[in-house]
Amino acid sequence: MKKSVLFGALTVTGLVAGAAQAATLDDVKERGELNCGVVTGLAGFGAPDANGVWEGFDVSVCRAVAAAVLGDPTAVNFVPTTGQTRFTALASGEIDMLARNTTWTFSRDTDLKFDFAGVNYYDGQGFLVPTALGVSSAKDLDGATVCIQTGTTTELNLADFFRNNNISYEPVPVETNAEAQQQYLAGACDAYTTDASGLAATRATFENPGDHVILPEIISKEPLGPLVRHGDNEWGDVVRWTLNALVAAEEFGVTSANVDELSAAPGTNPEVNRLLGTEGELGAMIGLGNDWAKNAIAAGGNYGEIFEKNIGENTPIGLARGLNAQWTNGGLIYAPPFR
Amino acid sequence: MTTTSDVPKAGFRPSQLIYDTRYRSLTIQVIAFIALMLGLSWLVSNTIANLSALGKDFDFGFLGQRAGYDINQRLVEYDSASSHGRAALVGILNTLLIAVLGCALATVVGVLAGVLRLSKNWIVANLMAVYVEGFRNIPVLLWILLIFALMTESTPQPRDFRDGGDAAMILGDSVAITNRGVFIPAPFWGAGAGILLAVFLVSLVGIYVWRRHAHKVQEQTGRILPIGWGTLGLLIVPTALAFLALSATTGRERLPVYAVGAEANMSLADFTAGPGAQGLNVCAVPGSTEALNLRRLMRAGEARFNLVPVADGAAAIAAAEAGRCNILSLPGGTDPATVPAGAVALSEDIARGLPVEFERPVLGGFNFEGGLQLRNSLIALWLALSLYTGAFIAENVRGGILSVSKGQTEAAFALGIKPSRTMRLVILPQALRVIIPPMISQYLNLTKNSSLAIAVGYMDVRSTLGGITINQTGKELEGMLLLGLFYLVTSLIISSAMNLYNSRVKLKER
Repeated sequence: MKKSVLFGALTVTGLVAGAAQAATLDDVKERGELNCGVVTGLAGFGAPDANGVWEGFDVSVCRAVAAAVLGDPTAVNFVPTTGQTRFTALASGEIDMLARNTTWTFSRDTDLKFDFAGVNYYDGQGFLVPTALGVSSAKDLDGATVCIQTGTTTELNLADFFRNNNISYEPVPVETNAEAQQQYLAGACDAYTTDASGLAATRATFENPGDHVILPEIISKEPLGPLVRHGDNEWGDVVRWTLNALVAAEEFGVTSANVDELSAAPGTNPEVNRLLGTEGELGAMIGLGNDWAKNAIAAGGNYGEIFEKNIGENTPIGLARGLNAQWTNGGLIYAPPFR
Repeated sequence: MTTTSDVPKAGFRPSQLIYDTRYRSLTIQVIAFIALMLGLSWLVSNTIANLSALGKDFDFGFLGQRAGYDINQRLVEYDSASSHGRAALVGILNTLLIAVLGCALATVVGVLAGVLRLSKNWIVANLMAVYVEGFRNIPVLLWILLIFALMTESTPQPRDFRDGGDAAMILGDSVAITNRGVFIPAPFWGAGAGILLAVFLVSLVGIYVWRRHAHKVQEQTGRILPIGWGTLGLLIVPTALAFLALSATTGRERLPVYAVGAEANMSLADFTAGPGAQGLNVCAVPGSTEALNLRRLMRAGEARFNLVPVADGAAAIAAAEAGRCNILSLPGGTDPATVPAGAVALSEDIARGLPVEFERPVLGGFNFEGGLQLRNSLIALWLALSLYTGAFIAENVRGGILSVSKGQTEAAFALGIKPSRTMRLVILPQALRVIIPPMISQYLNLTKNSSLAIAVGYMDVRSTLGGITINQTGKELEGMLLLGLFYLVTSLIISSAMNLYNSRVKLKER
């Protein structure tokens, strides 16, 4: 009897283990839909519009990946996640990838068993305070009440910043950006801290954005990027190179307007040709069709177009390119060669 | 030759396992046991397989690692350099706090509402019916969010308490209701607090003795002694007398304030401007009246300072000699000869303080300082859980009272017992045996519902261990197992304590 229990257990184990290791790329293709974890709502980065269609900077990455894999940028099932639920959702396989302004850190990459596909926004943590407080530096915040999203790196940076400067504060933990905004506007906290881009996005939705100021101190490095589960390298490659394709497209001047024309026939630049599949077999190397990059770029434009459309200087968020300019313009955005 | 015939053999055939009632139940039990074990082994092996597929190990070592995050409500010492285990402890204490507060208030509310719902007064009875039905039929999470939203949106910000603002403190400037919480005076323990506590404990014993004596006298002679007044008097008078006596003696003592590097008879203002210009570090025993009075002195002089907490007078001297603080007050009774080298008494001195003093909250830079802050998250969670569970308890109480036959009341009235005594001495003791068992479940419900705390940012164990810690370390399985274990143990303790009480009040059969 004991033996049969053992065999039964072994069989079940084998089945389960087999299922857990199946390739995400095949799953997505079979499902015909990409499960993409996004923020619960942060203007410019990921929020549903008036018609309930998700749009934003991070959302565009999901759409580009869906377009590259499935040829359809709308074949995405957006799963809103909070700071606390996002990693469990990704680790458990509920979502295939997470594009939710998540900071690339050592422990998340190694201990939490994720792989970051790259950086789509170089950010840093800042503080938002009402102008009426008369605070000009984060070091003046001794004794202040600070709203902070739980389960984030910003929570740890905040503790370190106040500890290093030997000043005290009272944390008010909140779950989502919307909750933080409500608490902050009600005056239940003196300051709100998160990534500076998030602060700008939040402030843009206020009734009187001019009454609030983002303090000059940036207290941390926050490289934000999409991530996938560790161990499924094929799928990680797909996400990584889709992001790189968007970046490279900006560098080579491939936009959503001219991508169809450029991909119709081989042009003069061999790297653009390889990228758009008119030369070589790059798509086959990552298990996709040869028009994968073309589809990804056509979905929402290249990196620069996505930036300008969602969070650029002409949007209410009004973020300058800064560190997120192409390396050719003195920024940090840089795609490895397509070859 | 043998004549005995063969005894029929009680041979066992496998078919008996199914058709013989003697064996059938055994067969079913064995099969059920095997199925259960198979299920369990599947769960365990599935977990192991999935953990290894994810490349995760099973290890509780993370509890010793640095937590790195801050918690606003701490009942024990904690900062961001403490371990995850310590953070879990802070969360556990916060959970227990809300459970104890909630169960106490829910009992009071529930018993009152349950009794009043049976009132003959139409308005009172119907008001209670509205309360019970309203709270019982709407999810508790909604009540938590509603009360929290009311507290944050409809109360003034601390800023509004400044001159020109439209908010003011209440109860003689001692309580401030803000959208960050309610600030109330905090007690500080001074010299003689131990004596005061001892007197109070002795008077509690006195109350117990008095009540037993009164009971005995009534049993023997029928004479009713004033139990209520006696209890009240014993509760208040000795403690109040001890307080007055201590205040008149040690409370009048003045203590010098020593400053390192000061000149003789220098005032605090001169010291701040002169030798202490690079910053004031004050050594004081946190929570003592000396520290409170020292802080009041510093505040009156509008001097900015850092508090260096020390354990006692000797530690304060050691800290001053090590250069960690330049201002200190020594607890009364310290030998003047031990004053650290270079320290000179300032011209101001402070009162040693009464055995118990209350520090009022005062408006500081961003927020109220001093006093005790009851955060909105605590208040919202406490009120919502208590009112919600109270509605269920009210129904239990009503059911219990209705279960006592009406003849009991009539008999009591016929004997000339007053209605209030009838309820207290005749009805409730009989009703309790019906009320207590379902009440246990309500206490358990309240304790477990407190895990909704995260909705309002109350840092209970679900938010610390089960929230931030899991998120930062990625130890979901370990964290959730610990969390489940904690709630299991807490629930078992509550129910066994209540079962003990139940066995005391249940119908005794002699």
